[in-house]
Amino acid sequence: MIEVKNISKSFDGKKVLDDINVTFAQGKTNLIIGASGSGKSVLTKCMVGLIEPDSGSVLFHDQNFTKMSVDERKDVRKEIGMLFQGGALFDSQTVEENIMFPLKMHGKMSVKEMTERVDFCLERVNLEGAHKKYPAEISGGMQKRVGIARAIALKPKYLFCDEPNSGLDPKTSILIDNLIKEITEEYQITTIVVTHDMNSVLQIGEKIMFIHQGRKHWEGDKNSIVKTTNQELSELVFASELMQKLRDA
Amino acid sequence: MLMQRVFQKPTKASLYRKQIVYEIDSLGLGSFGIITIISVFMGAVITLQTASNIDSALIPAYTVGFTTRQSVILEFSPTIIALILAGKVGSNIASEIGTMRVSEQIDALEIMGINSASYIIVPKIIAAVFINPFLVIWSMFIGVFGGYLVAMLSSVISTTDYVYGIQFEFDPFGVTYALIKTVVFAFIITSIPSYYGYYVKGGALEVGSASTKGVVSSSIVILITNYIITQLILI
Repeated sequence: MIEVKNISKSFDGKKVLDDINVTFAQGKTNLIIGASGSGKSVLTKCMVGLIEPDSGSVLFHDQNFTKMSVDERKDVRKEIGMLFQGGALFDSQTVEENIMFPLKMHGKMSVKEMTERVDFCLERVNLEGAHKKYPAEISGGMQKRVGIARAIALKPKYLFCDEPNSGLDPKTSILIDNLIKEITEEYQITTIVVTHDMNSVLQIGEKIMFIHQGRKHWEGDKNSIVKTTNQELSELVFASELMQKLRDA
Repeated sequence: MLMQRVFQKPTKASLYRKQIVYEIDSLGLGSFGIITIISVFMGAVITLQTASNIDSALIPAYTVGFTTRQSVILEFSPTIIALILAGKVGSNIASEIGTMRVSEQIDALEIMGINSASYIIVPKIIAAVFINPFLVIWSMFIGVFGGYLVAMLSSVISTTDYVYGIQFEFDPFGVTYALIKTVVFAFIITSIPSYYGYYVKGGALEVGSASTKGVVSSSIVILITNYIITQLILI
């Protein structure tokens, strides 16, 4: 479980996050949605410590992450897996080396154990046989799946996914969404997905938080979002003709 | 601030060894060819210019060899090679680290609980500080050899005079002075572009700009440091 308490953040005097309070449950896919520039990515980066919030705190299972020392944060970060928007795979390393990297850095496994773990993670994301390929040699969807494999290599308690569907075709998007949902349920991890893809929202949104202009505007799930009366949320959710038809049907 | 993070205790020292070997190959041995070409022509041109500017019969012929040796060892090999490497290696470092920044690879390292500044920059600094003295010594030999080729292939000076000149009043401290400069320059060549690359914000355009700034700044710092070191050691 992750609790976000009164998080605020400004850049050059402009408030990007304004007093955000939210709790993300364990074993569920928690979604942060909002239009571009609404502050979703900044909130995620504040949560994992890539950006320091101006005020407020983030609690990982009641441990105050924002107050921790650098070394204490390292221990928590070993329990965090993150899938970045562009995959963020290390260009100079093969798929196998990318997944093995966190194991080498933090694990105390033998080479055989690490290889077995890499095999398992690649199998889990349906990428058996891609070990020796470099990131530049595989598609965007495959890079995302390698990113997921790397994120789960250390058996994290928390999984952050920043726009996992961006740049992917609908079929691959669904594949990635399902993978995230399955992994969340299977390992009972706290998953937070930042997205503005409405298909993902309706597919995996067990808990959804809507941010608008840096403030939390709405909270609910995939069933309640289609019935929302919140004007800003409606504009985002029903922006496409398809969604409008779905609402009217 | 960046250097403070760079020289913190590494997350896993054993993994740095592999990176250092990779960087020695990439930053050092990858520059071997260009250094050889530049040095041989540098030595040849110094010999030609010195010979063409010495008209007086009172100045012995071996002065050409002596001047070539002194110029190559004291100034051209350590400083010019450092400036060449600042362009080649510096732009490479700034763009590599800058690309890692904009493609979120640095964020990925941080999320894994790894000190990204240390993991990325330390191997580059260590590799350059280790390999650059070898490159500069090689450049000295090849530079002096370039002058010998001129003596052999043209009539500006005889090979006997040239060989006598390069041995005349040789002071090994000149090499020590050159190597001290080389080590300092190696640190500058790697640390300044690393700084510009590490703090890139934006996209491809900003990475290119960081690369240019890294090269220009490190070149200027090399020239200023060259003056300071020379003043401190030789004067």
